[in-house]
Amino acid sequence: APAYAETFGLGRAALPEEIAAWDLDVSPNGTGLPEGSGDVLTGEEVFADQCASCHGDFAEGVDNWPKLAGGWDTLADKDPLKTVGSYWPHLSTTWDYVNRSMPFGNAQSLEPDEVYAIVAYILYSNDLVDDDFVLSQETFASFELPNQDGFIVDDRIETEFSKWVGEPCMTDCKDSVEVTMRAMVLDVTPQEETAGAEAVLKDEEVLVASTEPQ
Amino acid sequence: MSKNTPSTSRRTFLKGAAVMGAGLAASQTAAATPDPLITEVQPWASGLGDGVDATPYGLPIKYENDVIRRNVEWLTADTISSINFTPIHALDGTITPQGCAFERHHSGAIELKKSDYRLMINGLVDRPLVFSYADLERFPRENHVYFCECAANTGMEWAGAQLNGAQFTHGMIHNMEYTGVPLRTILEEAGLDAAGDLKDKWVYVEGADASSNGRSIPMEKALDDCLIAFKANGEALRKEHGYPVRLVVPGWEGNMWVKWIRRIEVTDSPVESREETSKYTDTLADGISRKWTWEMDAKSVVTSPSPQAPITHGKGPLVITGLAWSGRGAITRVDVSKDGGMTWETARLAKPGEKMALTRFYLDTDWDGEEMFLQSRAMDETGYVQPTKTQLREVRGENSVYHNNCIQTWWVRPNGEAENVEVS
Repeated sequence: APAYAETFGLGRAALPEEIAAWDLDVSPNGTGLPEGSGDVLTGEEVFADQCASCHGDFAEGVDNWPKLAGGWDTLADKDPLKTVGSYWPHLSTTWDYVNRSMPFGNAQSLEPDEVYAIVAYILYSNDLVDDDFVLSQETFASFELPNQDGFIVDDRIETEFSKWVGEPCMTDCKDSVEVTMRAMVLDVTPQEETAGAEAVLKDEEVLVASTEPQ
Repeated sequence: MSKNTPSTSRRTFLKGAAVMGAGLAASQTAAATPDPLITEVQPWASGLGDGVDATPYGLPIKYENDVIRRNVEWLTADTISSINFTPIHALDGTITPQGCAFERHHSGAIELKKSDYRLMINGLVDRPLVFSYADLERFPRENHVYFCECAANTGMEWAGAQLNGAQFTHGMIHNMEYTGVPLRTILEEAGLDAAGDLKDKWVYVEGADASSNGRSIPMEKALDDCLIAFKANGEALRKEHGYPVRLVVPGWEGNMWVKWIRRIEVTDSPVESREETSKYTDTLADGISRKWTWEMDAKSVVTSPSPQAPITHGKGPLVITGLAWSGRGAITRVDVSKDGGMTWETARLAKPGEKMALTRFYLDTDWDGEEMFLQSRAMDETGYVQPTKTQLREVRGENSVYHNNCIQTWWVRPNGEAENVEVS
């Protein structure tokens, strides 16, 4: 590494217990996973208790809450369904996110074995394993999700920038302009007393021109 | 939001003005009778106002009570992991008042006091460290103005014209003057010799909230211009913006601006967390998705006139104004079209564009009272020209969700009202 500027002697050494408490992230190769394991049937029970009220008994989602299963082969559709099975590239992310941030409103309340079991159940819900499957620290890294290769690194510089650079058209850029879509037709904008055109109806807010335009 | 009820006659008059445009308003103001607001002594010119002890920390005057954040209920499953919108249609200049600057949380706006705050740096460093808030204030500080734009800003507009107002189509953005310590300083304090060759190293940053919002950032960016910020627009960060400490990642998507930042880990590979796999990845028409689309490309929008800011003064002098910004450098030029892109005029920048910060533009014009199709088109110092939505769709399709920096069109009618439309 290159030479760096002075240090200030601020802060104090992080203790191993402190690092262990906060450094919970799991990498795609499984680095960071704790010891433990869980099977599909245990996961089904934990999922029913902890997750199903929002995500559904079969991880299919309730109301607007995220669907965790389904959507295979829909990524090129008009309305793709992106789930752990159809979209997520790495199983590590599922384990890591459930472990740190779920259940919503009661995060970091699950034991490692419960997380292994929940993740096993999510795989089962996505038809990716049989109902006797056991997920463990050992079996983890060898597991590949279907959309593992579905991602490319940002290529905007190559695919877009050459098209949209340089002096743009200033006059006679096109022959005509037609309205092709209108937000008012869809009419999904929140209507509030002072929003939009209603604003001009507010008694104290109206500013009239002080002079006629010259 | 007003509790005041406009008088019937005034409401009727104004409805007429809104419908008939310039005619009524102009005839009203051209009246030959003396204006009682001038000829009669008004209460404020005779009596007394508030004392200096009335407002230790003030809010805007009640007449501005529509200049507020708004949310769109149907966008998300609940209001905790959700978004609201900055009222950009009503603001001017470039600095966003913190009190109405948009919020995006994944598990709510948490309350974390300075005495409970801890920042850890660990991983491939020489000395894993823990800092208190007080420690952070002892490092040399810098001040910078940057925009923070949500990756999903304008995302609801991919498939068509949907929400009717600049606040809703472009308001997932704020622009503040930040005070803080370079992330580089913190990394150097922990020592990077243990990391070896820094070219292929990353930092993983996460917040203290339940969602954690962990993201991987390449070391080159971390050592370049990221800030560990604790002040914005002169005062402490607002709770909802990460009090007491957030990460500032100039020019890059707002999701990476981790709030309530509690840990920085130097790693030899990206974590590929939920917020950089399931979310903040951009699906193309063929089903393949881009990841690590960090930069926010050059973009602009006319903030007035716009659907929430109609023209109420009739024809004649009209200020067309808006905002432009680019995550890849300074805005160098903004063009405005009044005819849907057939012809363009170059607008006036209020001051020279600054890198990765909002830039205000004006086109001072004379409105003939005819309909307009208002557009703005930003250019940045790389030579990049803000594309149309059609151009973006040709490359990406309609399911990218994020990074929609297309040219926006407002259809302004002869009565001064404006609508969000798409045009051919």
